[in-house]
Amino acid sequence: MESALAAPGVPATIAPPDPRGASYMISRFVIPCSLLALALSTWSCALDEQKADFTFLNAEPESIDPGRVTGQPGGRIALSLFEGLCFRHPQTLAPVPGMAERWEKSDDGLVYTFHLREASWSDGVAFSSEDFRWSWTRLLDPETGAKYANFLYPVRGARAFHQGENTDPSSLGLSCPDARTFVVELENPVAYFLDLCSFYPLAPVPRRTLEAHGDAWTRPENIVGNGAFVLESWQINRRLRLRKNSKYWDAARVQLEVVDALPGDYINGNFNRYMSGVVDWIDADGVPLGIVDALAERDDFHVAPYLNTYFYRFNVEHPPLDDARVRRALYHAVDPVAICEHVTRGGQQPATSLVPPGIPGYASVELGGFQPELARALLAEAGYPRGRGFPVISLLFNTSDSHKQVAEVLQQQWKDVLGVQIGLENQEWKVFMVSTQRREYDIARGGWIGDYLDPNTFLDLWTSSNANNRTGFSSPAYDALIAEAARVVDGARRMELLRRCESIITQEECIILPIYFYVVTNMYDGGRWGGLEPNLINSIDLKSIYRRGES
Amino acid sequence: MIAFLTRRLLSTIPLLAVIVTLSFLFMRLAPGGPFDQERALDPTVRASIEARYGLDQSLGRQLWLYAEGLSRGDLGPSFKYTGWTVREIIGQALPVSLSIGVMALGFALAMGIPLGVLGALRHNSWIDHGAMGLALMGICIPNFVLGPLLILLFVFALDWLPVGGFGGFSQLILPSITLGAIRAAYIARLSRAGMLDVLQQDFVRTARAKGLPERLVVAKHCLRLALLPVLSYLGPAVASILVGSVVVEKIFSIPGLGSFFVNSALNRDYTLAMGTVLLYSALLIALNLLVDIFYSILDPRMELR
Repeated sequence: MESALAAPGVPATIAPPDPRGASYMISRFVIPCSLLALALSTWSCALDEQKADFTFLNAEPESIDPGRVTGQPGGRIALSLFEGLCFRHPQTLAPVPGMAERWEKSDDGLVYTFHLREASWSDGVAFSSEDFRWSWTRLLDPETGAKYANFLYPVRGARAFHQGENTDPSSLGLSCPDARTFVVELENPVAYFLDLCSFYPLAPVPRRTLEAHGDAWTRPENIVGNGAFVLESWQINRRLRLRKNSKYWDAARVQLEVVDALPGDYINGNFNRYMSGVVDWIDADGVPLGIVDALAERDDFHVAPYLNTYFYRFNVEHPPLDDARVRRALYHAVDPVAICEHVTRGGQQPATSLVPPGIPGYASVELGGFQPELARALLAEAGYPRGRGFPVISLLFNTSDSHKQVAEVLQQQWKDVLGVQIGLENQEWKVFMVSTQRREYDIARGGWIGDYLDPNTFLDLWTSSNANNRTGFSSPAYDALIAEAARVVDGARRMELLRRCESIITQEECIILPIYFYVVTNMYDGGRWGGLEPNLINSIDLKSIYRRGES
Repeated sequence: MIAFLTRRLLSTIPLLAVIVTLSFLFMRLAPGGPFDQERALDPTVRASIEARYGLDQSLGRQLWLYAEGLSRGDLGPSFKYTGWTVREIIGQALPVSLSIGVMALGFALAMGIPLGVLGALRHNSWIDHGAMGLALMGICIPNFVLGPLLILLFVFALDWLPVGGFGGFSQLILPSITLGAIRAAYIARLSRAGMLDVLQQDFVRTARAKGLPERLVVAKHCLRLALLPVLSYLGPAVASILVGSVVVEKIFSIPGLGSFFVNSALNRDYTLAMGTVLLYSALLIALNLLVDIFYSILDPRMELR
């Protein structure tokens, strides 16, 4: 339309829009922008778009170096790339032969002789027992800064070496009589030593690759492994792709060729990806709490016990919490059933002990649970009848909706049952960590996932020197009991000692208040996938996953 | 022009130095460090890790070492992601944010300017009201509502587009719309206001009086001036759009820079936080400079000084 011309001298009228005004904009802005976007996206998408055989949700790992990993996401990848002397059976978690095809234990339980199988690294270099010796020594080297170095403390000379008191690696109880034999001498018998050998920190790492590339050795272009998979590509926060290692000793049994680990820290987004078929497996990081009741009806929703306890720490140095009766009163005034039914709702179990059930050979010390009468009596005995005169203390938790909801329920229960007023305080995660480490709190939220299948993983935390204690509780008698349990060879006697330890922590001293046991909540199509059945530590063993109907 | 550019570029150096120093100090003032975690570290391990990252040095020395690295273009290693340097992380995440940002910007301009101009040309008609109503909606609906609504419609109901992630053009569409919607709305309002203002001016009447076709009056004479307010809005908007939005990235599982921007501070990943702050500052400064240059091109009355 070119008609609307204003006559000279006539006030301008608003003209109708001109279609070429739009085309001007399109040619000047829209087309260049779209072209640029297209170019950028093609450039950054220069990825092989082969579809993976199996895709699972796995938060971005902080490291995949077995010596430096802490936490499940990195652990899952590390154990797919590197194989230790043994590995955990995916369902029972019992140690089964890995790089060691068999082993012998001396009668006194102090010497383990591992016979390695004939195997090679993913670059074809033959695997030797020296690889284990070097890797374990590296783990203990203070320079490495390995967070799990203490897992090797049972080895003779390991603690002194790690603490820098002795710098001679030959003083360690590790030897290689020949290329296929690895001998480990321990300071004292350790009932769960093979369990430790299955854990990722003790997996071997390739010396020459580390020496050649330094910190960048874990990058796809450099890394060499001995596990069932090799690292094909890794874009941070985007995708980590594994490919079957054809040189793996048991490669014939590995069914997945390409596996993708997709990170994601947004539960709803992760859930959407599962529902639209982008990922095949999600855990609690992908299960939105708000719809968990509806999800529980589905066949692909799997709930299983988890070696993971949610609890509160008491600062036993802060009055009035320095009185065990006050701590016990607070414990018995709490009804965890209400929390599991109305707050967490994902199938979590009210905690009746510190050590979660499921550890073979161990029966946890059951606590009395919710006993309002007893709670009031204990508080009165401590000098605060009906809560009168009870000072103002506060409950500290790291900022999160779910922690807040739990804290609010407990606050109300303490008020109703005991008549005490407990303030709530939340802090951002890192601030919270500092506050609890410095013991600048009265009651603080905590949680612990078992590292290995033994009650010790929940009990040695409370020894005087353990940095995870953070309660101010320090008892030489308790430390001695833990040390004694570590020396005892007889399994039943050992479990008895550990039960005694647990009863000190919970029943007698009550330095922590167990609230609930987490559960594994995974979603996957069990009709399609085998080998994914949940286990107590929510690990995932990629080499034993298979597509049903294909094997 | 060259003198102007030189002066402006030189003045950014002290500005960036101040930003580096302040963000360095603010990071260190925050309680907790990169290695404080649920599973406490053995003191030996902690000391060894801190030594590796130079955290055992005095604060002044650390700042000096950082600045020294910076002058060589070295942003240091990430404290949280072992084995990754900050440059590698930014190098992987920035193109992702850029492609979504450019798409979002294209969407915002392609939607906003025509809507605004249309509204102004048809002042107070139903087109104007409709366009401004749409713009108001764009401003009012937050992206954390719009994103999931789009997913519900286009992914789960219609099954036209993928749910998220990054890798193909189709994965860019929904996040770009979510990210661009509010900008489109602002641009629509700004360009409408700008256009209305320009249409009242004498030179427009003159142009029409000379008998210029209306399309030329609008496209050639009015538009460039009408867009000046949009342009000044675009400087900061482009910077924020390019650095990425943590909300949009989360909703659509996009591996962009926005989540590193936020999480690095929460993780006390000092170097990564500094790197992202520095990148954002540099972008902001560069874009403001570009805006000034464009101003002088669009409006001949302006002079670069």
